[in-house]
Amino acid sequence: MNKHPISFTLNGKTVKTQVEARTTLLRALRDLGVLSVKRGCEEGECGTCTVLIDGITQKSCLVLAMEVEGRTVTTCEGLLAPDGELHPIQQAFIDEGAIQCGYCTPGMVMATYALLERSPDPADEEIRAALAGNLCRCTGYVSIFRAVKKAAELMKRPEGAGKR
Amino acid sequence: MKTSAPERERVVGSKVTRVDAVEKVTGLAKYAPDIYFDRMVHCALVIARKPHGILHKIDASRAQKLPGVFGIFTYKDVPGKNRLGEVVDDMPCLVAEGETVKHYGDVVAVVAASTQKTAEEAARKVRLTIEELPAVLDIEEARRDEIRIHGSSNVSVHKKIRKGDVSKGFSRADLIIEDNFMASYQEHAYIEPQGVVVLPDTDYGMTVYGSIQCPYYVQSSLSKVLGFPMSKVRIIQAETGGAFGGKEDVPSFVASYAAVAAYNLKRPARLIYPREIDIHTTSKRHPVKSRYKMGFSKDGEILAIEVDAYMDMGAYATLSPVVMFRTLVHAAGAYSVDNVSVDTYGVYTNKVPPGAFRGFGSPQVLFAVESMVDEASRRLGIDPVDMRMKNALREGSRTSTDQLLTESVGAVETLDKVNELSNWKELNERVEAFNRGSLFQKRGVGLSHIIYGVSLGAQGQHIDKSGAHVQINRDGSVDVRIGGTEMGQGAKTVMAIIAAEELGQKLSQIVVHQTDTAFVPDSGPTVASRTTMFSGNAVRIACKSLRERLVKLYAELNSCSEDEVELHDGMISCGQDKGMPFDELIEEAFKKNVKMFEAGWYQSPVLEWDPESGIGQAYITYSFASQVVVVEVDMITGNTKVLEAYTVHDVGKAINPEGVIGQIQGGFVQGMGYALSEDLKMLNGRILTDNFNTYIIPTIRDIPRVFKYGIVEDEFSEGPYGAKGIGEPSLMATPPAIANAISRAIGRRIRHIPATPEYVLNVIKEDAE
Repeated sequence: MNKHPISFTLNGKTVKTQVEARTTLLRALRDLGVLSVKRGCEEGECGTCTVLIDGITQKSCLVLAMEVEGRTVTTCEGLLAPDGELHPIQQAFIDEGAIQCGYCTPGMVMATYALLERSPDPADEEIRAALAGNLCRCTGYVSIFRAVKKAAELMKRPEGAGKR
Repeated sequence: MKTSAPERERVVGSKVTRVDAVEKVTGLAKYAPDIYFDRMVHCALVIARKPHGILHKIDASRAQKLPGVFGIFTYKDVPGKNRLGEVVDDMPCLVAEGETVKHYGDVVAVVAASTQKTAEEAARKVRLTIEELPAVLDIEEARRDEIRIHGSSNVSVHKKIRKGDVSKGFSRADLIIEDNFMASYQEHAYIEPQGVVVLPDTDYGMTVYGSIQCPYYVQSSLSKVLGFPMSKVRIIQAETGGAFGGKEDVPSFVASYAAVAAYNLKRPARLIYPREIDIHTTSKRHPVKSRYKMGFSKDGEILAIEVDAYMDMGAYATLSPVVMFRTLVHAAGAYSVDNVSVDTYGVYTNKVPPGAFRGFGSPQVLFAVESMVDEASRRLGIDPVDMRMKNALREGSRTSTDQLLTESVGAVETLDKVNELSNWKELNERVEAFNRGSLFQKRGVGLSHIIYGVSLGAQGQHIDKSGAHVQINRDGSVDVRIGGTEMGQGAKTVMAIIAAEELGQKLSQIVVHQTDTAFVPDSGPTVASRTTMFSGNAVRIACKSLRERLVKLYAELNSCSEDEVELHDGMISCGQDKGMPFDELIEEAFKKNVKMFEAGWYQSPVLEWDPESGIGQAYITYSFASQVVVVEVDMITGNTKVLEAYTVHDVGKAINPEGVIGQIQGGFVQGMGYALSEDLKMLNGRILTDNFNTYIIPTIRDIPRVFKYGIVEDEFSEGPYGAKGIGEPSLMATPPAIANAISRAIGRRIRHIPATPEYVLNVIKEDAE
């Protein structure tokens, strides 16, 4: 199968790789060692492969790798500060007990990130709409909902603001 | 072991941060698909795709030719015994030519290739010649025995309870109700599909990393399939992305398929299921069809109960006989009843074999019995809470198997608390007022009250034990290894809390490792809400021995009395002295050659049980729960929304309250999916709903806007700090509460779950009952 060169920005760094035309972004990212991006259903339903492309949430299993040519992709790995400090969203998920098996967590964190970028003080219904495309089978979502509210609060504080 | 509670617990019961949270929230946690080895091959399965038939030929010639294919392995390549099944080994590992395929997802061959994509492509090119046989597709057809799937009768397992005399009970009854119920399949829908990596290891055996609930099951299964002694099979659990029973026996199968490839190629082999293969081939919650007859006095006392329940075991028995034991014991519900007769039957069909799923055969019958009790309270005009209260189990009561309850019976307290939490009387008035003003939307309040037998019980007591290994390193860090597994429920955090409590080391210095069969002996399965109690007791026992040594050493060094030594949060002190950091004391211990590791072992108390009569001590203890929900039913579409939920659980003791709450909330929502939307559809034995676009599990939008919980702590003397179990009961109260709420809303009885909009609409449209 023919491989095509692509180049894009991944978590702030330029990445060059070669992919087959039909390779999804999910499989390409995992081949690059970006393992926070998980495979759950591979048809855009579960949301555990959620990434940001130019700041907008996308299910990476529904995007072809070649489509991100020249664009910016952010994954959960990209939220950590250079010193390894957790992003306020990650801290909020921990504080609110919003993590159980953890398999949906990176996708949930990315969906939350995109929501709070565009709406720093989301209404309850906005939170539900933003996370409705991410399935969790462990928590019952109650703690996740609370974590999003807590994250919004942390990010409004001066010390959290820089993290956005 | 009697656990004399320490004077005051300081870590147990407090809010702590999950010990595995950082790795999971950053995406660094390693699940099976995140583990790579040099020269690793990728596997894919070839499945029968016919419900019943004779497999004449496996033709892999076209598939072999694909570039990148390393091998296609069939029954001929299985080095050991070509059999699988934890309780009954009636299932082939790979179906042989000349044998019958018995369900759509029967596995015939394993393809190994350089990439996952190539393996999947090659699997599609393997041609199977199957002469189709008529298939048995439901319980009724199976009972007729016109087609016998395994040669003998399809009705292959029967268990019973005979307590008192039901005919006498019915003759005294003022009200007798008879009804039929059907609880359908439920798919686990863990977000991480099944997956393993199997590699030939440095001990000349095989090591498995995988998404696994029960590593010791995998070890014994692999040793048979490979023909290796168990000492040459090592299982290391990877982070596991949800299990819920779905990774109890199934990973033994997954690992066996991959091991056949690894063995023949002498290379690491990885097998990660695509979601569709996962849904087509792996276990589900059993469909159960039940007939209930109950007799009541006019003041609401339950005088007699008679139950027949038929479980669809699918094509192979797998765990069904043990699932049925729990069905049997829970069929009569959470009440004190003198006359009980229960019969449960397991039948073979040409469908996917169901197995373990949170609640393990009990949610199906608890839905039925709680529907019956609700119906009786309606017909007798007795308040549903009062009705349960009248029949509830108390200390000194006897269960449906005539087991005398002597302690930790929080049943009544859960009812009292849910009454208070939901503001029951006012809630019912509020809903009635709404219904008076609404024509097309009707609301209903539903109540449920359930019992849960903790751990494996009388029929599983021979495997009901657990080990632990605790070691303090020279720097003061502590290694805790258990035989139970972490699959999201929070086992690691509970074990770390127990170790911190007993040793006095800081929680952050305690590492609970991934479960590894090389370190801890067979500890039974991580099921039956038993890990806190069994692994917890084992860790506690090991830590107590280490603590004694540390106390003695400190007392010697400081010439003080051992009785006065205190260990807490990384400091050791005696009376008013300034104390010493834990790590420094450990350094002293190392210099003096004090033994700084211990094994812990805890086994089930012996349970007396008569399988002929179903009378005796069914379980070591019971958890209880009561739940109230409010639903709104759209009378035009049949769609149901859960608006409010109130749930109260007697857990004995909440060692990690945040974890208990996580179980309560998660179990509720999973139970809600089972009750309402999770409709596994089949056509000719093939599952049509094989991914999340058609198999609909709840999202964040579906959860009730009002969700309140309460925890009752009626301590159990055998449990660590009094703890029982919460994993399963968290789900079990929900389907009956929702079914009863819908029934009250529409004025007709719900007899089938999931109560999908189509089903509810049909019930609404039925003529008067």
